[in-house]
Amino acid sequence: MLERVSRLNAEYARAIDDDRLEDWPDFFTEPCLYSITSADNHRQGMPVGVIYADSKGMLKDRVAALREANVYERQSYRHVVGLPAILGERDGAVRAETPFLVVRIMRDGTMALFATGRYLDALVEEAGVLRFRERVVVCDSSRIDTLLAIPL
Amino acid sequence: MSTSPPRREWPGATLARVPYWVYGDEANYRAELRRIFEGPVWNYVGLESDLARTGDFRTTFVGEMPVVVVRGETGEIHAFENRCAHRGALIALDDCGSTGKRFQCVYHAWSYDLRGALVGVAFEKGANGKGGMPESFCKADHGPRQLRTATIGGLVFASLSPAAPPIEEYLGEAVRARLLRVLGRPVQVLGRFVQALPNNWKLYVENVKDTYHASLLHTFFSTFHISRLTQGGGVLVSPDGAHHVSATIDRGDDRGSTAYRDQGIRSESDRYRLTDPSLLDTVKEFGDDIQLQILTVFPNLVVQQVYNALAVRQVLPKGPGAMELHWTYLGFADDTAEMRRRRLRQANLVGPAGYVSMEDGCVGGFVQRGVAAAEDALSVVNMGGEGAESQDTRATEAAVRGFWKAYRAYMGY
Repeated sequence: MLERVSRLNAEYARAIDDDRLEDWPDFFTEPCLYSITSADNHRQGMPVGVIYADSKGMLKDRVAALREANVYERQSYRHVVGLPAILGERDGAVRAETPFLVVRIMRDGTMALFATGRYLDALVEEAGVLRFRERVVVCDSSRIDTLLAIPL
Repeated sequence: MSTSPPRREWPGATLARVPYWVYGDEANYRAELRRIFEGPVWNYVGLESDLARTGDFRTTFVGEMPVVVVRGETGEIHAFENRCAHRGALIALDDCGSTGKRFQCVYHAWSYDLRGALVGVAFEKGANGKGGMPESFCKADHGPRQLRTATIGGLVFASLSPAAPPIEEYLGEAVRARLLRVLGRPVQVLGRFVQALPNNWKLYVENVKDTYHASLLHTFFSTFHISRLTQGGGVLVSPDGAHHVSATIDRGDDRGSTAYRDQGIRSESDRYRLTDPSLLDTVKEFGDDIQLQILTVFPNLVVQQVYNALAVRQVLPKGPGAMELHWTYLGFADDTAEMRRRRLRQANLVGPAGYVSMEDGCVGGFVQRGVAAAEDALSVVNMGGEGAESQDTRATEAAVRGFWKAYRAYMGY
């Protein structure tokens, strides 16, 4: 399982960093939960997310908005994703926690550490493919530099 | 030999021209901290619900001045400068907490009561009969600056100036009513984020008051057929120009309008629809047809109702070219589970990753960078005329001009 989750994380990060955002919703089941929050909010049980999607459709809409509607300077990410800790099974899903680090590269060449945190995942198998039923992105800092366009 | 920089001259009397130096000038920025944030205004400093019990506190800022806001022993809320009277260290280090009946500075253990008065000096009488403070030292003469506080609609405001009028009078009847339209019952905090913006604080405040840009910059609105300038609504500006309320009303009467397409505005598109329209599953919860209401209280508060996504945003200046926006997402204490879920979904519309607000996080930076060499030039703020009166259209910059009217009065320009 450790190897399968690691490979899934690698493919997930590669899709985002390669700007294949259209592939991103397919890492999730339908329905699903994808949320980006902070360690503070998470610790206090605060439910809000800067991005909050509870259906695959909402993930597709997020990508469509980024491509067609939202305005932001050209930028890309480089994910460095750590080794998952497999936390066992609950409600028919494998639970995993994986640390990550994201460097953001701006149009003018500026590279900056944009986010660090951990993925809290619930993973299920669908027709032999491992997918996220839940991916809660818990950022270590509650401070976000300017904007968060591309998903983490 | 050093010379102080010459005082800037405001170019002309019209509210429709703003000099670009105002976004970067260091001396002007320092003057703003004193004349505006520390002046006769009410700064938003937090929520009453964060201070439920005696000793509950939050730390925040008034301008750049660190402050502690705390629930006192008789139930009232106090605010004082977060600076030890001894050597100037922060008295409270955490963002929030509960302190009992005293705050104690970690440096030399000087302690303060919940009003911010100095009540204890460690080794005041010395040790083993030696040392200690001089006989003449009087604790009552020393202490951090104390601020007046006021509350309305569960919001806590603080002022350093005895000249700030009562909060109801400061807001005026019309703004007060629109504030209480949203914040009329106990709130529940759904979460908090801080957004770091690479621009002068005034560029953000102007942006919030600028009803003209919304459906042009935030193309999510018009791309997904949600909000357009051709819909009903308008902007209410307080008589002094300081505060504003803008509203969008959906009467369904703009559906046939081709105004965006006719002008070749990139936001017009018929190809896109939401895959999951539950994002916009809205209920009217305030007894009227107002879909979006954005309200500002001079100088640093935004109260937002975007459909059912509610939030307060606190603007904190961090130097001439930087600021922080502190978002607190709200629901009501009596929300149903369904309403809670609706608010969480609609929270996607706003915030650092908001469909209709992520652009606000970078457009201020575009201006800040754009005007870097334009000290002598002026921005053009003429949409909807020259004045700062309320209008029944959002195709206007009346509220932006109102901001400059109030700004110039406080700054003496």
